[in-house]
Amino acid sequence: MKTLITLNINGDAREIYIDARRSLLDILRDELALMGAHRGCDSGDCGACTVIVNGQPVTSCMMLAADWNGAEILTVEGMAKDGQLHPIQRALVEKGGIQCGFCTPGFVMNIKALLDENPKPTEAEARAWLAGNLCRCTGYAKIIEAVMSVAEESA
Amino acid sequence: MTDALIGQRVPKLDAPSKAAGKTIYGHDVRLPSMLHGRILYSRYAHAKIIRMDTSRAEKLRGVKCVLTPKDNPPHRFGYGKDNKPFKDIARSLRDEIAGVVATDADIAEEALSLIEVDYELLPNIFSPREALSEGALLIHPEHKSNLFQRYNYSHGDLAQGESESAVVVEEKFLLPYVSHVCMETSVVVAQFDHRDHLTLWSTTQIPFLLQRDLSEALGIPGSNVRIIQTAVGGAFGRGLDIYPYEPIAALMSRKTGQPVRVAFSREEEFLAGPARQPAEVTVRAGAKADGTLTFRDASCMLDIGAYVSWGTVTPLVMMETTASLYQVPHARFTADCVYTNNLITGAMRGYGNPQSTFFIETLMDRLAEALKMDPVNFRIMNANVPNSETPQGLVITSCGLKECLEAVAASADSARMNVYPERSRRNEGGRLVLSEVEGMTVTANIKPSPFNLQPPHIKRGIGFASTLNVGGGARIYRSDGCGATVKVDDFGHVTLVTGSTEIGQGSETALAQIVAQTLGVKIENITVLNSDTDIKPWDVGVHASRTTFIAGNAAYLAAVDARNQIFETAAQLLGVGVDQLSASAGQVTVRDEAGKSISLEQVARRRHFKEGGKVILGEGWYDPPTQLVDKDTYKGNISAAYGFGAQMAEVEVDIETGKVRVLRLACANDVGHAINPMAVEGQIEGGAQMGLGYALTEELIVKDGKVLNPDLLDYRLFTSADMPIIETRIIETDDPGGPFGAKGVGEMGGTPTAAAIANAIYDAVGVRMTQLPMTPERVLAALDEKEKRARV
Repeated sequence: MKTLITLNINGDAREIYIDARRSLLDILRDELALMGAHRGCDSGDCGACTVIVNGQPVTSCMMLAADWNGAEILTVEGMAKDGQLHPIQRALVEKGGIQCGFCTPGFVMNIKALLDENPKPTEAEARAWLAGNLCRCTGYAKIIEAVMSVAEESA
Repeated sequence: MTDALIGQRVPKLDAPSKAAGKTIYGHDVRLPSMLHGRILYSRYAHAKIIRMDTSRAEKLRGVKCVLTPKDNPPHRFGYGKDNKPFKDIARSLRDEIAGVVATDADIAEEALSLIEVDYELLPNIFSPREALSEGALLIHPEHKSNLFQRYNYSHGDLAQGESESAVVVEEKFLLPYVSHVCMETSVVVAQFDHRDHLTLWSTTQIPFLLQRDLSEALGIPGSNVRIIQTAVGGAFGRGLDIYPYEPIAALMSRKTGQPVRVAFSREEEFLAGPARQPAEVTVRAGAKADGTLTFRDASCMLDIGAYVSWGTVTPLVMMETTASLYQVPHARFTADCVYTNNLITGAMRGYGNPQSTFFIETLMDRLAEALKMDPVNFRIMNANVPNSETPQGLVITSCGLKECLEAVAASADSARMNVYPERSRRNEGGRLVLSEVEGMTVTANIKPSPFNLQPPHIKRGIGFASTLNVGGGARIYRSDGCGATVKVDDFGHVTLVTGSTEIGQGSETALAQIVAQTLGVKIENITVLNSDTDIKPWDVGVHASRTTFIAGNAAYLAAVDARNQIFETAAQLLGVGVDQLSASAGQVTVRDEAGKSISLEQVARRRHFKEGGKVILGEGWYDPPTQLVDKDTYKGNISAAYGFGAQMAEVEVDIETGKVRVLRLACANDVGHAINPMAVEGQIEGGAQMGLGYALTEELIVKDGKVLNPDLLDYRLFTSADMPIIETRIIETDDPGGPFGAKGVGEMGGTPTAAAIANAIYDAVGVRMTQLPMTPERVLAALDEKEKRARV
């Protein structure tokens, strides 16, 4: 059965008929061709599909899209402005926080959520907040360094 | 020539696109009319398929076709030529027995459940010992034995070594299955075109070997196979082999005439992907009273599962650690690689080295203890040295092992202030704090609390381990070569086409730095193409920490060739000799004549646009001066350079729960010369994350051939909150054979970690952990055992 819903994604209203069984991640990737959110586990364990829904970071693989009619959704594609990377994205690039990059969009979104909530986290707070985002390449060191540098700059 | 770009912390060229979410990974490939394939795995670990009825599946709307063993080409494939796409005899629970192609993956999945299969059960063999026992059922009858291969290496005279020993130690070790856990699961898209040519969008690490493997598996010419590598969401050795799902996707595309995508779920990745071989190891080692090593004797039994892969060659590396890490006059190493009905195993970062470094470095610690020697001094006095040859035939050029040990010892001094404030080794001159250790990059700042604030059930300890790893390629195939071309276009832009592959490690950027440096252009003026077998020259694959050294040398040679062509034309245009020219800032300038120069762009245009004109196109092929090891003695110089490293772990052990917390991991690595220190640190820090998991949390729990924890909740990776302070220290030794002195570093970050932690646990609570991972249960059991022994 298909349901008509509207998702406000990165500022655009997207009206779409969806299969009620589909996750938000399915809709983003397969219906809207927003491939930045990645499917690493489909069970909410890895964080690669993290997007921000109504201001809250969520693992989009665990949300039924049909439940979010009218929601405001921010994905990694909505982070850059006027062709310029968001400071979080830039810091991850410059500090070496990206290797294979598959986890990166999830980190970008969860770091944004962290800094929105707590603009001056301690390193321990940042590490605890990001514990749901798995990375197999970097050992997290340079990702955390990037977070701390963005927090510093926004002073 | 200035070192403007070499040694700079250049951000990865591919990072901005990855940060923006615009990079196209294997999972993102979508083609017009693309269909979806799913695979049916065997219900039993060892069984003959006696009947299969696919009619109900075929009738499901949306199903395009069902493939079964009848669709197999007649050829076998894989490293041991023991595999087929679909099996009529299943030898493990991951054996593919049928496949469905449908318009979407859900329909394909549903169709799998409609396939009816009748099995005739065969006896299961889940232990290598049982597989080798007299009269055991043959898992591959055509192989005549369940022993796929026995490695038997020795040098010197063990009896002599033993007789010269003042101390001898022996230990048995048990090593677990672990998984690569690439964040992107396995995926492939296959398409046959109207010429019957196959294009495969793949995340492989070995595009050219895969081209050959697929041609064998499918019975089509290799020239009809094109591999396009997408961005790779993690590799770590997973992509070093052909796997059945790849020819299966190709067969699906051929049968339907449409492109077909096969993508693994996370559970499927754990169940059907390769794992690191579990092993049982017995090791003996000895030393003289003065601390000189006398001998080592290791024997290993590896469970390789139901099919052979390149992972079966990992004993070559375990052998290298046993025979050549430190100076060992007498050594023996044997390994049996045994077929069972367990999981398939494969190559994984370190390729045997995390295993062997764990057991060798644990015994090094026991020897130091038996000799009452300082563990660092004991290691330094036996360390490998520059310009030497090991009895195994490894020709060591540059070697910074001693310096690596000294660097982590300096870091240990500050750890000791926490661990043993009363007996710090080098604190006479005042308190040595971390930030004062020269050149140490501290990448976290969660400082351990002082020793005297710890409750009594928390015990602190420190431990050391070193590592030796190939750093100048590894000749395990007849060529260890890589090709490259460098083109300079009429805008002065440079395109490097390299055979090697970017798998996230940053090779693309390091190679661009090498070419930009050689041609005197900015890094922004370089484009790297490295993903299409129809375009790029041959390369054996991205493995064995070889890319910076091998592909770096090839790129350098191609850039020098291009520079020679540039200078040839520039010399004519400027009316000077070639030897008067140099290249920098996009210009060719005449030395000693200020202002006399010509831009690269002008040189290219003047060279192109004339009668009999030429392009600027340099080529390079680099195959290192190394040997395949002798097939009987296993001796030979497998690599053109060797990397070294040492780690110091500082741990806390909770004696009430058995939980081990690593507070600090100091890592020093001899990388020759760091082309890009930020990328080098990234390799070490990421390697450490895997090493920490191998040491403490990661294990595929396998019972009767079945993985019981195929998800990321129950298979525990280290998270950002679990990580200790990682201190990295780059030791530069400038290797004579490396591009700008560089050696490989990709695997060393995680190889000594488990041993360093095990040694630190011993230092803390006096128990020797010999089984990985060192879980709270196992630590607690070891503490109980120690207490029991103390009471007797």
